[in-house]
Amino acid sequence: MKAAVVTYPGSNCDRDLAVALTRAGFTVARVWHKDTALPPGTDVVGVPGGFSHGDYLRCGAIAARAAIAPAIAAHAGRGGFVLGICNGFQVLTEMGLLPGVLMRNAGLRFVCRTVALTVGTADSAFTGGYGPGAAIRLPVAHHDGNYVADAATLDRLEGEGRVAFRYAEPVNGSARGIAGVLSENRRVLGMMPHPERASESAHGGTDGARLFAHLAALAVTAHGA
Amino acid sequence: MQEPAITPDLVAAHGLKPDEYARILQIVGREPTFTELGIFSAMWNEHCSYKSSKRWLRTLHTTGDRVICGPGENAGVVDIGDGWALVFKMESHNHPSYIEPHQGAATGVGGILRDVFTMGARPVAAMNALSFGVPGHPKTAHLVKGVVEGIGGYGNAFGVPTVGGEVRFHPSYNGNCLVNAFAAGIARADAIFYSAASGVGMPVVYLGAKTGRDGVGGATMASAEFDDTIEEKRPTVQVGDPFTEKRLLEACLELMASGAVISIQDMGAAGLTCSAVEMGDKGGLGIRLHLDAVPQREAAMTAYEMMLSESQERMLMVLRPAMEDQARAIFAKWDLDFAIVGETIPEDRFLILHGNQVKADLPLSQLSSQAPEYDRPWVPTPPATPMAPVPDADPLDALRALIGSPSYAHKGWVWEQYDSQVGADTVRTPGLGAGVVRVHGTDKLLAFTSDVTPRYVRANPERGGAQAVAEAYRNLIACGATPIAATDNLNFGNPERPEVMGQFVGAITGIGAACRALDFPIVSGNVSLYNETDGRGILPTPTIGGVGLIARMGDLIAALPAPGMVALVLGDTTGHLGQSALLAEMWGREDGDAPPVDLDAERRHGAFVLAHRAQIHACADLSDGGLALAAFEMAEAAGIGVTLTPGDLPTLYGEDQARYLIACTPAQADALASAATAAGVPLARVGHFGGDALRMGAAAAPLADLAALYRTAFAAALFGAPLAGEAHVA
Repeated sequence: MKAAVVTYPGSNCDRDLAVALTRAGFTVARVWHKDTALPPGTDVVGVPGGFSHGDYLRCGAIAARAAIAPAIAAHAGRGGFVLGICNGFQVLTEMGLLPGVLMRNAGLRFVCRTVALTVGTADSAFTGGYGPGAAIRLPVAHHDGNYVADAATLDRLEGEGRVAFRYAEPVNGSARGIAGVLSENRRVLGMMPHPERASESAHGGTDGARLFAHLAALAVTAHGA
Repeated sequence: MQEPAITPDLVAAHGLKPDEYARILQIVGREPTFTELGIFSAMWNEHCSYKSSKRWLRTLHTTGDRVICGPGENAGVVDIGDGWALVFKMESHNHPSYIEPHQGAATGVGGILRDVFTMGARPVAAMNALSFGVPGHPKTAHLVKGVVEGIGGYGNAFGVPTVGGEVRFHPSYNGNCLVNAFAAGIARADAIFYSAASGVGMPVVYLGAKTGRDGVGGATMASAEFDDTIEEKRPTVQVGDPFTEKRLLEACLELMASGAVISIQDMGAAGLTCSAVEMGDKGGLGIRLHLDAVPQREAAMTAYEMMLSESQERMLMVLRPAMEDQARAIFAKWDLDFAIVGETIPEDRFLILHGNQVKADLPLSQLSSQAPEYDRPWVPTPPATPMAPVPDADPLDALRALIGSPSYAHKGWVWEQYDSQVGADTVRTPGLGAGVVRVHGTDKLLAFTSDVTPRYVRANPERGGAQAVAEAYRNLIACGATPIAATDNLNFGNPERPEVMGQFVGAITGIGAACRALDFPIVSGNVSLYNETDGRGILPTPTIGGVGLIARMGDLIAALPAPGMVALVLGDTTGHLGQSALLAEMWGREDGDAPPVDLDAERRHGAFVLAHRAQIHACADLSDGGLALAAFEMAEAAGIGVTLTPGDLPTLYGEDQARYLIACTPAQADALASAATAAGVPLARVGHFGGDALRMGAAAAPLADLAALYRTAFAAALFGAPLAGEAHVA
């Protein structure tokens, strides 16, 4: 099972995501934003956290138009897995792979702390390792994590069970407490919390490790390995 | 363009005293050009030349088995074993932060990060020590908000975890806040890069962002006292771009790995001037610069402006000529400027050419070696006045006074705005004791702390200086780390006043003695003088940034107490209340002497903690606020109550040094008691953890009530909001 982690100028969680995927058993390739193709056989594309292009213009907007973007979109179009974390979530919404936008936190301040979340659905390759409604804790670190979409979109996301994670405490003013959403085919996940920062005991929590482990197990199944 | 004539007024406007100008005339042998005057002013101001402090800095303890590089380079370097080195330094950005808090603080962070990665190290941890005026002062809330946003905005985007720091409030900082930024990075010990140029005819390369007019004269400003014209100085503050700095980091590390770099120096204060002179001087070479080749952000910049610009995110490098194409390709990949702007020359000259004209032609080595050095007159600080009698008070009222004050309240409002976990190697985030970060890919941990108690330093500079070192040492020990080295950021008032110079001399004497006794060398540092407004100086604030090493995860002490655990105090308690937090916060008093510092006891008690860490579940150093505050903080973090047997103020709030609070099981406590007896160190049982109340002697209060006060007091004091929560704070 192969993962590809994209690096944009200003990405700063790319290594951390690569480490977490490697720990879960993936072979991880690093992809540069100026590349135009993903390595052959890529199962999962990781779009990491950070401040791609300095968050200038609008978070994720420039990265969404990077040379590598069409390859990511094509991978998603083929039903490939894509995981966008933090700035990666912003990039995926800017690419139109996920609905909604991430606005400035309601408190207007950057917020870094470990927060309580509930798992909205266990029906995805990313969240299948958690029981539905499971209470977990993951770190957040963002200035623009306030999820906004129109009511119809929010209703639809909830109706289709595509809310992957919800904040169980006030964090950033997100609509309906949404911390992570799935695409229609449930194979693209965008989330503001950082599972890679809670993936080994030294982090003080391992709730994020289950996401990577379940994804790895599923990617193996997909390959019939 | 017509350059201004050199007049006594122009010389004075450059911060040069008449005798200093006479010295310039002697060196140059003629009247200097305008550009040359600017160069001298940049090189000879206090900020760059350390002319008032050098003599005293030499007395510090700067060597040791682990020291690879002591003071004098961009940052200090220590050996942390297995081929790894830690590169670190702390530096102030006080004046710019007061003028423009967001950019001033941001570029302070940017500058210290560059100091670290210039040496080939990837930054892995940051801290910042902040001192502000009282919350009621009209500027304070604005400064706190701007400085914290600036630090977060830069460090978060750059991608370095901020794992510790301090925030204090005192009226002496009303007109002059302190922003001291610390950064540490990891490198292979055999791949450290230095600034000394070598080889004649080697290309001098300019890297990074373009040069603009921002910050022209910044280093001179940083060496001047403030007065009511301060607002006019705003244009001298630089603007930071963490996105460029992040790319500069990646490009520099890639370039260094390629073998193309002979020497490298970041452009900090007085940008191109200081960096070029530094490289030439250390290498015993001259430098010729062609300013037409300098990447410029603005049109029609003069030689003077380019030489003094403090535009951020720039580096100067001497390149291996054969590798030019490879080097260019790396910078093109990261979309950064790369320009050959000069070369090394054999003769002792600093030759600046612009538009076919010689703008400066100076003997390079004399720019730094002939810089004035002063043995400023100083008077010893008089002995502290004896402490007036301390009235009796309810110990819980005393605790409420402390945890309800912004200096001792929970600082989550501050550190939650800093990314403390980027890198996914942070093992202990801010909030309780030293921050801890793992060396990536290894089991080794590094601990970081920054400490000073300015009240002590004012009352007794020598004792206060030693205490700052001892407290940093204890904070490292308390998490199981062996203290290995330190950096100092010495913030004082106007050194031309003998009583201020006396504070400086006293503090440095104390710091030197403590570092020597504790084998805790100072490997880098920074001096910030002239921290005065309208003739009133700040509390002397020599911040000590300490680093410690923990061999493996299992050696870390970072747990929280559990119900049923015993509370022990290691070290002697005499109940010293002079200059204590209790006096200051409860009664607004700052009298008495600083607590005595017994360096031998510090050493023995520290060694005891490390030797018996297996028996220690949780540990905290006892410092300002004494036993009561430390026990409350530990209990509050664990979310359980604590009962302290003593009920008297001196025992609860005394600030005797060389003490630790330990939480452990009763069985561990017995083992520790035997070991303490055998080792001859004092160890006393003072209470236990559990329940949901805080009890001191006969007084008791629900922990939840105290925690609510503790967690809301900071924002309430500054912004008038109970717990700013997610609401907008104006």
